[in-house]
Amino acid sequence: MAKITAGVATSHIPAIGAALDLGKTQEAYWAPVFRGYEFSRRWMRDAEPDVVILVYNDHATAFSLDIIPTFAIGCAASFTPADEGWGPRPVPVVEGHPELASHIAQSVIQQDFDLTIVNKMDVDHGLTVPLSLLCGQPAAWPCKVIPFAVNVVAYPPPSGNRCYQFGKAIRRAVDSFDEDLNVHIWGTGGMSHQLQGPRAGLINKEFDLRFLDGLKNDPESIARVPHIDYLRHAGSEGIELVMWLVMRGALDAQVREVHRFYHVPASNTAVGHVILENLRSPSP
Amino acid sequence: MALEKPYADIPGTTIFDADQVRNGYHLNMFCMSLMKQPNRERFKADERVYLDGWPLSEPQKRAVLARDYNGMIGLGGNIYFIAKIFATDGKSFQYAAALMTGMSQEDYAQMMLNGGRSPGWQANSRVPRDG
Repeated sequence: MAKITAGVATSHIPAIGAALDLGKTQEAYWAPVFRGYEFSRRWMRDAEPDVVILVYNDHATAFSLDIIPTFAIGCAASFTPADEGWGPRPVPVVEGHPELASHIAQSVIQQDFDLTIVNKMDVDHGLTVPLSLLCGQPAAWPCKVIPFAVNVVAYPPPSGNRCYQFGKAIRRAVDSFDEDLNVHIWGTGGMSHQLQGPRAGLINKEFDLRFLDGLKNDPESIARVPHIDYLRHAGSEGIELVMWLVMRGALDAQVREVHRFYHVPASNTAVGHVILENLRSPSP
Repeated sequence: MALEKPYADIPGTTIFDADQVRNGYHLNMFCMSLMKQPNRERFKADERVYLDGWPLSEPQKRAVLARDYNGMIGLGGNIYFIAKIFATDGKSFQYAAALMTGMSQEDYAQMMLNGGRSPGWQANSRVPRDG
């Protein structure tokens, strides 16, 4: 049977991707950011997931204002890194897992969680930067990836609780897939940041650290945080953090935090990163 | 009944809500077109001519030509869409963010190194980070 063994949360700041692609990881500004992921790359090699369900948001790339799906799952065999305006990132094509993806779609829709099915789309930095941070710069990504896109661009995004419950539905779907697969689920975006207007540059370390603690220990409370609290306290783009709750919902109630990293700044943003393992899975 | 907008009083912030999505549709779709290299080249060759091919309002076109990002956001632009414009110009998110705050890029970058803007910031604050 397929089994979700671990969850990863990480920011997906585009400047991090650019720093990697341009060979700037040793520069004084970027070195502390990449040091925070050294453990994670070793962990990723040892954990050897077959599939990562990667929860992210599209940044006006695959979805324009013509179609704005609240939740969408990529069921294609592969996904091409997008040209976001400065040419595509020089990273491998993302291989999907169409069988598991379509199984998840069928399962969650029958659990009352309506989901948009996408059979063709390019993927942007929201998906490829987390892969780079956890996998480095390989010739091919080490696992299959199922893109799971959440609208956090056009207000309102889904509520934190809806994301959390959606994660639980994904967990039930994966648990009922017959093939033996080691599955990870990643939640990306955040942490506190605001990219627009005179208030751009907002960072709220206290909010972020409280969120990291709550994500591990009391996700039910974190899931009840209303949108206005994110907007007011974590910045207009900090609301991306609801995507981390999809990941958390798919894990056990009790988890082991094997890694945590928090750093300010990367460009305009607070970098947050945690690795959570289900207690039932053996410690590496 | 009007939609509630509990975020309307957040200083220096425009939430990309249903009204903004509607008002900014054409502006943002013009931005999407800049994801293709031939379109970027046509835009750079003559911005006004390129813009006139899109049903933008005249104030929206003027904001684009002036690279007035706060102006674009006020007229329905969304940061991830208008990012295609500054990407076309070879500029970063941090460049655009600094511009929108009215700070120099150096001062803005230093504010971020110092821990970012305080969540208690008010639009009339003179100091970007309290304490």
